[in-house]
Amino acid sequence: MSGSILAARDPAALQRPRMLLRRGRLHRSDLAWSIAFVVPYAALVTAFLVYPIGYALWMGSDPALYAQLLSDPRYVRVAVNSVLMVGLAVTVQMSLALLLSGFFARPRRWIKALLLVYVLPWTLPAVPAYLSFHWMFVAYPQGLLDNLLTTLLGLEPVHWFRNGWTALACDTVASVWKWMPLWTLIFLGGRMAIPRDLYDAARVDGASPYRCFVHITLPLLASLYIVSALISTIWTFGDYAPVLFVSGGAPAFRSDVIATLGFHYALDFADPPLGVAAALSVLPLLVPVVLVLVRRLDAMDLQL
Amino acid sequence: MAQVLAAAGSVLLAAVILIWSLLPVYNMFLVALDRTGHNEFMADIWPSHPTLAAFTALWTGDDEDVRDIWPQFGNSIFIGAAVTVFTVLVGSWASFAIGRMRLAKDRALTGVALLTYAIPSSALIVPFLRVMHVYGLMDDPWGVIAVEVTFATPYAILVLLYYAKLIPSELDDAARIDGASVVQLYRHVYVPLMAPALAAVGTYALLFAWNDYFYQSILLASERHATVAMGLEQFFDDDDAPWNYMMAIAILYSLPPIAIFFALRRFMARGWAAGALKG
Repeated sequence: MSGSILAARDPAALQRPRMLLRRGRLHRSDLAWSIAFVVPYAALVTAFLVYPIGYALWMGSDPALYAQLLSDPRYVRVAVNSVLMVGLAVTVQMSLALLLSGFFARPRRWIKALLLVYVLPWTLPAVPAYLSFHWMFVAYPQGLLDNLLTTLLGLEPVHWFRNGWTALACDTVASVWKWMPLWTLIFLGGRMAIPRDLYDAARVDGASPYRCFVHITLPLLASLYIVSALISTIWTFGDYAPVLFVSGGAPAFRSDVIATLGFHYALDFADPPLGVAAALSVLPLLVPVVLVLVRRLDAMDLQL
Repeated sequence: MAQVLAAAGSVLLAAVILIWSLLPVYNMFLVALDRTGHNEFMADIWPSHPTLAAFTALWTGDDEDVRDIWPQFGNSIFIGAAVTVFTVLVGSWASFAIGRMRLAKDRALTGVALLTYAIPSSALIVPFLRVMHVYGLMDDPWGVIAVEVTFATPYAILVLLYYAKLIPSELDDAARIDGASVVQLYRHVYVPLMAPALAAVGTYALLFAWNDYFYQSILLASERHATVAMGLEQFFDDDDAPWNYMMAIAILYSLPPIAIFFALRRFMARGWAAGALKG
């Protein structure tokens, strides 16, 4: 209705821009400029993404490589490690981030200050941060963690990297430590976008904080949570840094993951094609994740 | 009573968060302030004889272990700055053309971007060595910069496309009626309005370059081009390496991204709030 009033007042002003910028139709000179704006990106992607990835797919296209992989007991252990680490790291950091975002959403000055300390791990560069973790765990018995255990709690010091499972647990903790703040911030942003009236109305009706969380926060953050969990799954699968720098795969490749096994095959065992095959073997798991993710992103019109 | 319990709970949670976040940072200082840092290192849970010897050794560069550190810092800063600038430029050009000029569907781009991150980087060791030989960019910082920009840009474009939707397209229309060209539209409408998003994307690109070890170590071979991340890894490989030097370098290397992040955190916060939930 207001549109017709405006149109009556000044029809030309409304008609012209629509003709200039109609969806999908550009003037020829505009089109040329728009293409020119995309050329640098397209060139980079072709030269440094399509070509190498195509090369990797070609290197890993021999089925015999995968038979060889499966017959290597190292690979089987490493595949189990990867699934365990990704499953644990994603579940723990996502659920804790969701809960902590509620804590940080409270409008107190000291909580805002605490948030600045809490995001510190995310801003620390990966290599120094993980090396600090390495030193905390590796030195027996004078690493900081063992020192704290013995001095404060009177416990026996632990050889963290002598057992593959505890070593993998150390890597997982380091990865959660580094990335949980990012997801907490994203969920915090999501919570801020929920209208306050919903909570006020619920409180008037006598809803407890727990019921508010279950019936308002959870349903409204569900899509964001799922999208974040999927992205985090993709990232954690490909992240070599926590394993490479915290446990280093100790003892004897028993805490390695697929992302680092590719390094060992290529650089230490001089078998690059097998390294490529090891890395590509996660694709059957990840491609469905990407497809679901694209559909969800599309459905919710959210772009991180 | 319930209020007292809740307050006590908050304080307890705050204490846990503080210890969790700061313990590895504290550990860095603990080791860096130790006198020897060698294998005979016997740290307590606090620095018993704190000394700045490691930091002064870095400053003077007398010890041969740390002689290369300042050139390495120079290389890291050069790569980080170039990645930041080019990610912002290339990302904003592409998202301007795709989002504002509606050159293509942004949905297809989302898929491409996410697939990029699904390929584990260890699959690309040999392909990148091969590709860089073909391009003549082996052991050249520009090769690393090109690769890091390529991997940082898809995410940057996603963020920028989203922000751009918050800017009403009537502004573009008005500028066009006044006779603005596409380039003027980009320079005088898009860039000023997108400044916070561009700052956020630039910070992200810098963090990406600063976090990277993989591409630098694969593509840079000579000492001359080595970065701090590579230098730290060399310490890590060396069983006799002085850990106090290593942690002192780690602390210095951590300062720039932290400083930039906290300087720009207002922009970043606005980005999270806007980008987090829609529909």
